[in-house]
Amino acid sequence: MSKHKIMLNKKQSITGWIFLAPAVLLIAIFSFVPMVQALLLSFQSGKGANLSWSGAYNYIRMFQDKIFLQSLMNNFIYLIIQVPIMLVLALILAAMLNNKSLKFKGLFRTAIFLPCATSLVSYAIIFRTLFANDGLINFFLIKLGILTTGYQFLTNTTSARIVIIIALVWRWTGYNMVFYLAGLQNIEYSIYEAARIDGASTFQIFKKITVPLLKPIILLTAIMSTNGTLQLFDESFNLTGGGPSNTTITMSHYIYNISFKYVPKFGYAAALSFLILFLVAFLAFIQMRVGDKRD
Amino acid sequence: MTRKEARLTKKGNGISYAVLTLVSLFSVFPLAWMVISATNRSVDITRGILIPGTAFLDNFNKLLSVQPLGIAMTNSFKYAIILTFISLFICSLAGYAFEVYHDKGKDFVMKIILLAMMVPFVAVLIPLFQIMSSAKLLNTTAAFILPSISTPLLIMLFRQSARSFPRDIIEASRIDGLKEYQIFIKMFVPTQKSTYAAALTITFMAAWNAYLWPIVVMTDKKSITMPMLVANTIQGYVTDYGVVMIGVLFCTIPTVIIFFFLQKYFAEGITGSVK
Repeated sequence: MSKHKIMLNKKQSITGWIFLAPAVLLIAIFSFVPMVQALLLSFQSGKGANLSWSGAYNYIRMFQDKIFLQSLMNNFIYLIIQVPIMLVLALILAAMLNNKSLKFKGLFRTAIFLPCATSLVSYAIIFRTLFANDGLINFFLIKLGILTTGYQFLTNTTSARIVIIIALVWRWTGYNMVFYLAGLQNIEYSIYEAARIDGASTFQIFKKITVPLLKPIILLTAIMSTNGTLQLFDESFNLTGGGPSNTTITMSHYIYNISFKYVPKFGYAAALSFLILFLVAFLAFIQMRVGDKRD
Repeated sequence: MTRKEARLTKKGNGISYAVLTLVSLFSVFPLAWMVISATNRSVDITRGILIPGTAFLDNFNKLLSVQPLGIAMTNSFKYAIILTFISLFICSLAGYAFEVYHDKGKDFVMKIILLAMMVPFVAVLIPLFQIMSSAKLLNTTAAFILPSISTPLLIMLFRQSARSFPRDIIEASRIDGLKEYQIFIKMFVPTQKSTYAAALTITFMAAWNAYLWPIVVMTDKKSITMPMLVANTIQGYVTDYGVVMIGVLFCTIPTVIIFFFLQKYFAEGITGSVK
């Protein structure tokens, strides 16, 4: 390599650093710095601005905090029940839409993807209204003679959780389906035709071809959904308000409450948020392995 | 195809049509019901009326009298547009640089940046609030947009699309005497429409729909956003469902419009990134 070219390369390398500097600095200032501050904060306790070092007190305390344990359990209930239902449904819908002989594909895809255009607050409120005591669901249940008076969906723990799960499935199934449809486009359609000629049933094709070939994307969506579920806020905040008596509250909602609703306990809130970070971190590690394949 | 196979395919498609129609109805119904309810009186909504009514203007005027709709709409558009514009510029520039000028140092920085993806927002919420509060930025556009301008997801999306950008074009432009920033603006940006459209969809929707961060830093009445306004309509003892639904309608229209115009690009952008 000539001296001239080496100099040019060095110049270009510096240009590269200048180009990426704003983005990197912003992430450093608004993600990494606050993360370190939150870690330091999590070892302090007190109310409002009167904080003092307290070692691991906050971390010990959270395991005696009934509301927090409840919120942790709620997040895992939503995760274990809702994510599999949603992903399996999204996968089946994507496989159905990937059929060349099917008509109105665009229409179905748009309709199923449409809930993603609704804001989280809006859909939480739509579902809250649908399932209200004097809401549409109760109206029909009474009309059909199944109930005599309105069922209190949102003030009963189990049904309130079910409403949250139905709402989540409604909002996010189409989103995941689009990822699967994108992945299916990278699979040669002739594989399906060959399998069909060999006499494979629709279910066999789904199980033996579609699912294995989409594995990386299924993993990606599983991790994204897990990540999202551990951070649920709007649904708990606006759909059920965390109630009845905190039995549907999520971790993020509880952290918000301790930080901004009651007398602020920033240290304790920071410790709780670090627990979410640890839970997410393990999964993000896998996410990076899947997402970044260059080396 | 034999006759039996044809019959089987037809049967299979029949099931597909049934399932897809059912799921489509389930997906569209709550939104259709919301639009219809915005035109009905609260009493009629609780009576299960499923046809459009005549109370649209009444509901609209009632909403105007109790909530600052104009202010919230203006704010939401202002924050979302400014954020999207800056974010797309900064992240595409970075994504391009991470790919085109990549070396060991930059690859390492990229890995560190991806770590930021695992930081749940609630974990940085309190320190971010303290930063904004001590910088006297509460209730300003800056407070709303600063934490979300640069995101690992967008940088990754643009790095991925820069990967398929032909190196020959860069080399040829250099020989033609174009400066590095000119190559980015004149050669790269115009060829990446679908990536920019996907990024625009993601960023605008996230900004428009943001809720947790705005309720923490935009507490002043004058800096309220649409999702905050919608949430406010259900506070209080008596809920007027017609008013609630018209608020939801106004909060949903902009994102639905963007969605219809850009959904094709959104799918393309995702296809590019999952390859």
